[in-house]
Amino acid sequence: MAFVSIRDLKVAFDGVQVLHGIDLDIDRGEAVGLVGESGCGKSVTWLAALGLLPGKARVSGSVRVEGQELIGAPARMVERVRGARIAMIFQDPSSSLNPVQRVGRQIAESLALHRGLRGAAARAETVRLLDMVGIPSAATRVDLYPHEFSGGQCQRIMIAMALAGQPDLLIADEPTTALDATIQAQILDLLARLRAETGMAMVFISHDLGAVSAVCDRAAVMYAGRMVEAGGIERLFAAPRHPYTRGLFDAIPELDAGRGRLNPIQGVVPDPKKLPMGCAFFPRCTRASELCRIERPDLKPQPQGGHLACFRPLGEDTRTWARAEELA
Amino acid sequence: MFSYILSRLARAVLTIALVMTFAFVVLRMSGDPAMILLGPDAPQDAIDAFRTRWGLDAPLWQQYLAYMKQLVTFDFGISMRDRAPAIDLVLERVPATLALTIPALILKVGIGIPAGVYAALHRQSVTDRGVIMLSIFGFTIPSFVLGLVLVLIFAVQLDWLPSGGQESWRHAILPILTMSVGGIGVLARFSRSAMIEVLGQPYIRTAMAKGLSWRDVVWKHALPNAAVPIVTLIGFMVGALIAGAVVVESIFSWPGVGRLIVVSVANRDLAVVQCLLLVIASSMVIANLLVDVAYGLLDPRLRAKSAAH
Amino acid sequence: MTPPVIEARGLVQKYESGRSLLKPGRVVRAVDGIDLAVRPGEVLGVVGESGSGKSTLGRMLLGLESPAAGKVLFDGAAMPAPRTDEWRRLRARMQLIYQDPLAALDRRMTIADQIGEPLRIHRIAEGPELHERVAALMARVGLRPDQADRYPHELSGGQRQRVVIARALATGPKFLVCDEPVSALDVSIQAQVVNLLRDLQEQEGLTMVFISHDLKVVRNICDRVAVMYLGRVVEEAPSDQIFTDPRHPYTRALVSSVPKAGQGLAGRIILQGEPPNPAARPDGCAFHPRCPLADAACAREVPALERHRGRLTACLKQRPVAQTAA
Repeated sequence: MAFVSIRDLKVAFDGVQVLHGIDLDIDRGEAVGLVGESGCGKSVTWLAALGLLPGKARVSGSVRVEGQELIGAPARMVERVRGARIAMIFQDPSSSLNPVQRVGRQIAESLALHRGLRGAAARAETVRLLDMVGIPSAATRVDLYPHEFSGGQCQRIMIAMALAGQPDLLIADEPTTALDATIQAQILDLLARLRAETGMAMVFISHDLGAVSAVCDRAAVMYAGRMVEAGGIERLFAAPRHPYTRGLFDAIPELDAGRGRLNPIQGVVPDPKKLPMGCAFFPRCTRASELCRIERPDLKPQPQGGHLACFRPLGEDTRTWARAEELA
Repeated sequence: MFSYILSRLARAVLTIALVMTFAFVVLRMSGDPAMILLGPDAPQDAIDAFRTRWGLDAPLWQQYLAYMKQLVTFDFGISMRDRAPAIDLVLERVPATLALTIPALILKVGIGIPAGVYAALHRQSVTDRGVIMLSIFGFTIPSFVLGLVLVLIFAVQLDWLPSGGQESWRHAILPILTMSVGGIGVLARFSRSAMIEVLGQPYIRTAMAKGLSWRDVVWKHALPNAAVPIVTLIGFMVGALIAGAVVVESIFSWPGVGRLIVVSVANRDLAVVQCLLLVIASSMVIANLLVDVAYGLLDPRLRAKSAAH
Repeated sequence: MTPPVIEARGLVQKYESGRSLLKPGRVVRAVDGIDLAVRPGEVLGVVGESGSGKSTLGRMLLGLESPAAGKVLFDGAAMPAPRTDEWRRLRARMQLIYQDPLAALDRRMTIADQIGEPLRIHRIAEGPELHERVAALMARVGLRPDQADRYPHELSGGQRQRVVIARALATGPKFLVCDEPVSALDVSIQAQVVNLLRDLQEQEGLTMVFISHDLKVVRNICDRVAVMYLGRVVEEAPSDQIFTDPRHPYTRALVSSVPKAGQGLAGRIILQGEPPNPAARPDGCAFHPRCPLADAACAREVPALERHRGRLTACLKQRPVAQTAA
């Protein structure tokens, strides 16, 4: 059984549906990437799963942690999962820490909550955690405030705080986006190292395909609140089959390629209030057919591995498309 | 930190000096005290004698210098009307005013902040809407209207409470109520928006993601952050403890500082008015200093900033 | 060789932080001696992390900030003092595009009014002609005619950046500084705007300074790249060379830190230590505390930007190699 099992997770804000039924399993110890542009629902999925969305959000579906249902469960139960089983770190580390509390106290708060550590024991463990995530002279800096650390160090402190509860799964929501290039590399390295040391699973949410491919075993691509393609990193990156996945790769310039025009995806991400009737990617898709306009493809397991939601995927000859259309 | 306090003190003294200069200019421009105190029919030699007596015949700049010299030596002059030291006249009124303004401040803080915080935690609920409506009512209704309405209801109609005077604690109830309603409204409104702002911050989400209960998130993470802006507003209210009761004291014939202001301004009792302004300005400046200190205690970022200054 | 459109000689910018009545502040050198020249029609990339001084450099090149020392030459003439008439006339010939298009636009003005504003200010066009010019500009940046009466908040991020670009181009400038122009945009939109900038640059023969922390975008659009670290240029080279064969240890780490699709973390250079703080600049080479090659000399001597093995680098460790090669 998967450690976390998400089924048909849906989220609506003020009557506007932004997440249209997500299915996702996370096994113990594995690293899964969630890829997509802003507004595609990759963060909302996990904020909804952990009950961290504001009150006006309507969440339905099922999120089970080792069989225990979280959606609709009493607050006390969800609180026992947060931090202890599943921890989460966020995009903007500097504002994710309480500005008026010493960082040591913020970490010790988690230790008291999840491991019952207090006083000198909590302090020693706090220093050990800060040391582990690479804060220099942790013993003397444990009593400083967040503004006395750089952005990269704040993210390290966030990671230390997440580790305090010894979680089985860490959700890293764009953990490097707000950081400088060389610091991004440090944080990616740290996350990979900690995962190897602790054996915890990780969900890595990012729009940076390179970063995802560097730290994840498999990944899922999301578009307009749905999953459009999922699979092992190597296959997904070597032979993307959904035109959107392909478009994302093509839109990003390569460091070792020359100068030249980029191949952007035309158009813009659709307004969640005015989604197209068929495939949400249809208006921007270069391969779309009449079928794509009226019918929405479901996410289906593929014979060559992975999942795909597309009537006209890449890497198939035209005859197969025609047949698919006839059959549909 | 020492240089920070020193520069703040220097600024405070400068502020008070500016206020006093302003007071000097305005008071000398706005009418002849001799004419007002002695009446329009007073003989010319009486007026001249009065002017010589109070130094009003000297050129304005000499008057100003003499005035500033007095201030520096803590000589605040003699009331032209009562012939008593002006500062004594002012200080003896302060307790009466504080007897109204301090309970009113306690009510403002004790009701306004909890109401605002509660509303923020239950946004869009019936209570929230009720708090918003009541607070708008609170800070839009002028205190002279509210005071008169309260007198009409509780003194005239129901005859539960006296309508004026200072004989017992019961006399203080209506003025305190009148004074606190506006402040409760402002503080409720302000605490609500400060709290809503803080609740939307990423570190609140972090605190929840940690597994803290909602109560701990509110008490340990949201409130300490929301306190920073709220303290500013309370600082203003503390600054107004002495001068903030002019209208209410007049309505309820309460013999406090406010009444003294009205009477001495009407009489052009220069020394007393200047003394009043000095006391009021000082109380505001002191409140401001207290706010700065409180800021430092509440927010380490501001502490660091002020230490760098 | 054609004379440069814009040239910086010994540019220095200093800020004082934490100054008060009683205590002098600490002097922070945001830009610390920069020489560079951009030839007509050339796109120069400026890369570096936060605190490297790249945005300050851009503002000085445009004359929006006066340097503390050194000078900027535009078309061979010294930059006039800010807020003079001559300086105002120069505004029409050099423009800035920066990261946040929503902040750059006035939210109470329609798109068409904002694009036409520079034309009115510089009295280039009015009445029906103004109308035509605005319509032409909108078409050139890929905005639809029906969007003319919209307000900034009604557009997407990418469209807003198009508006900013159209407005920058209204006066027919010769020189453009783009400061992180696509950083706030989603990848699929980023590519659209990068292509637009490239097309406009080629059609108009614009001279451009392209400031960004995104090496991949810089690689794609720039002819030449200057890498900045703590207010100085540490390496400068054609972009074909600098990304395939970085020489300065910092450039190497920077290039290596870009995650590549389909490649794991192995073999990447992970720099130790924190991003540089301009308020606490190390002695000697500013990069030496984080540099894997540094030795005692690096802590003492400030390396100059010199030509070693056909490449401009500011690194003492390049020198012996150059000598042996010679």
